[in-house]
Amino acid sequence: MPATTLLRLATAGSVDDGKSTLIGRLLYDSKAVFLDQLDAVERTSRARGDEQTDLALLTDGLRAEREQGITIDVAHRYFATPARTFIIADTPGHIQYTRNMVTGASTADVALILVDARTGVIEQTRRHAFLASLLGVSHLVLCVNKMDLVDWSGERFAEIREEFTGFAAKLDVRDLAFIPISALLGDNVVHRGANMPWYEGTPLLHHLEQVHIASDRNLIDARLPVQYVTRSHAKDFRGYAGTVAGGVFKPGDEVLVLPSGLSTTVAAIWGPGGKPVAQAFPPQAVTLQLADHLDISRGDLICRPANRPQAGRDLDAMVCWFAEDARLTPGSRYLLQHTTRTVPAEIRGLDYRLDVNTLHRDESAESLSLNEIGRVRVHTRKPLFFDPYRRLRATGSFLLIEESTGATVGAGMITGPSLPDTQVVWHATAVGRGERATRGATVWLTGLSGSGKSTVAVELERRLVAEGRPAYLLDGDNLRHGLNADLGFSAADRAENVRRVGEVARLFADAGVVAVVSLISPYRADRERARAVHEAAGLPFLEVFVDTPLEICEARDPKGMYAKARAGEIRGFTGVDDPYEAPEQPALVLRPQDGDPAAMARTILGLLDEIG
Amino acid sequence: MSQHEKSTASSYELSHSDTLEAESAHIFREVAATFERPVLLFSGGKDSVVMLHLAAKAFWPAPPPFPVLHIDTGHNFDEVIEFRDRTAERLGLRLIVARVQDDIDAGRVVEETGPRASRNRLQTTTLLRAIREGGYDAVFGGARRDEEKARAKERVFSFRDADGQWDPRAQRPELWNLYNGRHRRGEHIRVFPLSNWTELDIWTYIAAEGIDLPPLYYAHRRPVVRRDGMLLAHTRFLTTDAGEEPFEATVRFRTVGDATCTGCVESTAVTPEQVVAEVAATRVTERGATRADDRISEAGMEDRKREGYF
Repeated sequence: MPATTLLRLATAGSVDDGKSTLIGRLLYDSKAVFLDQLDAVERTSRARGDEQTDLALLTDGLRAEREQGITIDVAHRYFATPARTFIIADTPGHIQYTRNMVTGASTADVALILVDARTGVIEQTRRHAFLASLLGVSHLVLCVNKMDLVDWSGERFAEIREEFTGFAAKLDVRDLAFIPISALLGDNVVHRGANMPWYEGTPLLHHLEQVHIASDRNLIDARLPVQYVTRSHAKDFRGYAGTVAGGVFKPGDEVLVLPSGLSTTVAAIWGPGGKPVAQAFPPQAVTLQLADHLDISRGDLICRPANRPQAGRDLDAMVCWFAEDARLTPGSRYLLQHTTRTVPAEIRGLDYRLDVNTLHRDESAESLSLNEIGRVRVHTRKPLFFDPYRRLRATGSFLLIEESTGATVGAGMITGPSLPDTQVVWHATAVGRGERATRGATVWLTGLSGSGKSTVAVELERRLVAEGRPAYLLDGDNLRHGLNADLGFSAADRAENVRRVGEVARLFADAGVVAVVSLISPYRADRERARAVHEAAGLPFLEVFVDTPLEICEARDPKGMYAKARAGEIRGFTGVDDPYEAPEQPALVLRPQDGDPAAMARTILGLLDEIG
Repeated sequence: MSQHEKSTASSYELSHSDTLEAESAHIFREVAATFERPVLLFSGGKDSVVMLHLAAKAFWPAPPPFPVLHIDTGHNFDEVIEFRDRTAERLGLRLIVARVQDDIDAGRVVEETGPRASRNRLQTTTLLRAIREGGYDAVFGGARRDEEKARAKERVFSFRDADGQWDPRAQRPELWNLYNGRHRRGEHIRVFPLSNWTELDIWTYIAAEGIDLPPLYYAHRRPVVRRDGMLLAHTRFLTTDAGEEPFEATVRFRTVGDATCTGCVESTAVTPEQVVAEVAATRVTERGATRADDRISEAGMEDRKREGYF
């Protein structure tokens, strides 16, 4: 037996369309239905008084489904031919089961939609086609069934094909095929049959065996969400395990890790069980070893430096709502599960609700209820690293989870980052803060010379930028050489230095940037003035006290200043012959025992995330 | 090179076996990363052997970060118990055995009597007790969707309430490869890494990977009795009906469970490759052919699963 590939197929439709008969025939003709299963189905059919054996009983596995004669849940069926292995996600067709169709289509390569040749394209057909397109299923097969009941008419088939083609033009469907069949008699299911000589295409099964799905994967955008850190002390091994979401990774590739923004190279790639992998591509489950020891944990994302996902906390998404007893409304909060990250999120707005039958957008809708689909604006507590769903399913999809019950209440497909509300009237001379894409703030790091302020500030700025937030470091160096070049080190000049930095930080923050200030700023009154100008402007001001004991700072003495001060070569040096006034109510105090600069930067980031 | 390893990297195509293996590895890692106390159900049966093999591969070069648990009916095939102990030792895993006999002795369950008596259903009590006592929040099971129609509706991450019960009408939608494992203390999630594997996939993989199995799975001579169209092993646990005459036959087991209700089939397959050929040609499901416990009723499995069964 040669190695075969796997095709995931979603089928939608109701018993009336002959869907169960079709699946039954596919399974039976490909020898995937077993005799004892068929016996059981025949017994149940007889007991229920059915005239014919109901092949739907093969897939309807739950008692309630058999008793009510309906399909409630997605059923998975398996069959194989010498060319391919198939997983069928069989979903019920009625509108009240939209969530099941969405579930089945989420992993499908091909969606199979049935049409009754007598009735042609109906509302349900359009809904199924739309959902398949929304979920990014690239290949659509429209099976025109019951051709035996329209005298095997080629004209009727052409009419239906034309009508559906017109509708499909509005959808994002890359590959559309039409097959006239009779599931009951078997024509064009597995074998051609003799009744439709005018049909020049292939039978359904042959089509499913041949449809080219390898190119559906995104092999451009290399993305590996870190799922698990594999460590073995005995073997001195540390690797990052995950499932390749997109693109190709090779040993030797330069990679970038988000959110840290640090770069390194891939040292080795291992498949399950330690099989060396020369090229890792989706959906392989691999373990990456990196050349440098970086601080990487679950939820981080490995990509290429020149091809990064979008980063941000505000995104637009199409959401399908699943909850029976709760509605999605603006202002509601959920957990959002995206790749290997789960973060708190808030629904900031509902742009419209979509009528899945007519594709009409209802912009006056105020909520989504069970099985409804709409476009929402989501704000997350921590940044996500994402691609539009259209481009990459794995980094563009998410679940919404109700925190108290743990229930999965919605599924989302990211369309892109949220832009500021375009409804706001735009004045050339006055852009309001709400119209800016990002919200600014000032982080003011104060402490002795050598306390480590600058190291933390540099790390913080780098992480913010990696997360997609504009940030800018303001420190003694970049200001003293420019804006403050006219200032010396007299008490008055120092106070003026702090005042100017405070004002510049306020302007940056107002422009939507996170200003990261690293300044000894020893006097309480000077810092309070900086705080006051921020508060007056309604901008967040986080005073962070880097509280490193003098002995440690002096031992570090990075610029040799303490030595000079002790030798009397410089005067008025903070901590030696000039006082440092510690903050009375800082937003945060960082002490050496709080970890390395990277950990400290993460703590500050957490604080920034909390304020919005 | 075995066929399932033959993923042609140049075409960026993954074989069907490699795709299933990758999916299972993803599930194992997801659980290890997000749960506090996972445990893997291990009986020595072929599905649990393959599951454990996949777990060992997913965490390479480290051992799987969880222990294995066997629900012991006391009605075992000796060679399976020997295999179970040897496998756990080889992989350096902690093996926990929870015995149905303990629940019988403590009066928590009452043993059935008569020739058709089985401890199958009693296992649920023992399983739930073991989960509670171990404080396990994720329990890996080797169930496959192709085995049985109630299992065809099962999620990969399947929620169990504080009483260990399954509510098939209130299952969480499962989309993409995003698995929601949220639960409260006392509740747990059953995890099925082999959900999308078929019997043929399991055997193809066993053959390709050279996975060791208990000898019962290959053709051998043994005394059997014929009952309800099945062949049951004539062991010390089986009470025979009047008129049931034990006879010698060359058989192999397609599933291995409680010795009183697991049947065997006549077979000459002595290698995994021969079993693959036999499975590919068979027209009867493995549970239909060999499991008396599934013949209770059309909803036999669904009812047991609701109570907390595997």
